[in-house]
Amino acid sequence: MSADINGADMTNLNFLFAAYTAVWVLLFLYILSVSRRNRSLDKEVDELRELLQRRKP
Amino acid sequence: MMRKLADAILPAVTLAAMLTAIYMVFVYVPTDKVQGIVQRIFYFHVPLAIMTFVSFGTVAVASVMFLWRGTRAWDRIAHAAAEVGMLFCSLVLITGPIWARPVWGTWWTWDARLTTTLILWLIYAAYLMLRSMSGAADQGARYAAVLGVVGAVDIPIINRSVYWWRTIHPAVLITREGGSGLADARMQATLGICFLAFFLLFVWLLWVRNENMRLGDEIEALRQQALGQA
Repeated sequence: MSADINGADMTNLNFLFAAYTAVWVLLFLYILSVSRRNRSLDKEVDELRELLQRRKP
Repeated sequence: MMRKLADAILPAVTLAAMLTAIYMVFVYVPTDKVQGIVQRIFYFHVPLAIMTFVSFGTVAVASVMFLWRGTRAWDRIAHAAAEVGMLFCSLVLITGPIWARPVWGTWWTWDARLTTTLILWLIYAAYLMLRSMSGAADQGARYAAVLGVVGAVDIPIINRSVYWWRTIHPAVLITREGGSGLADARMQATLGICFLAFFLLFVWLLWVRNENMRLGDEIEALRQQALGQA
């Protein structure tokens, strides 16, 4: 049994750390990739709209 | 208007709920007397599993609506929910073995619930592969919709697997005897907040990914319009 902190058994803290790190890293990467894609798509829509506007007689 | 509101409010509310959940998991909730500190994985693992079911359930419902109505909006929701569901299901399959190693003494066992969950992951991995290979083709979307509906049959099987077969996976929320697995009110409150946080995360991610696809469709339509003008 490892040392206790505030009465809590700290055995297997590394497993707890690994699980929460995995969750946060994957969620962060997914949110980052989706947000980036959204920004780039937004930009492309604006550019296309501008192009169509310029072409209007 | 709706988009601006969702873009501003959803991430802020989700972040607030997540921070509250993290505080409760690491500070507020008491440590489990049997498993020790590693039991705290439970507070993210279980809501992730339930949100996996919600995501793939959404795929099935949206797929049925798409097959019935043929509306692209339903197809987009199904596709977006499948992607979010895959993310959640992957996290369940990662956090589960990390929790199992110190508690069961093994990373993985071909237990009924674990195996059926892996099957669910494989079904929707196939769904996403089918979507990516078929591109924007309507026929591909229809095949994927059928797979999306059929795949959801695995959800009730996963849910009942701990009762139908001999398994080492616990029936977490309701025990085999019918009582609650969580006796402490603080544990129940923490789990409730974690459920709320992950539900909000699901709604937000579904919204953002759906917007991605809607913008993709809009770009395609604008390109066609530009080609028509040229």
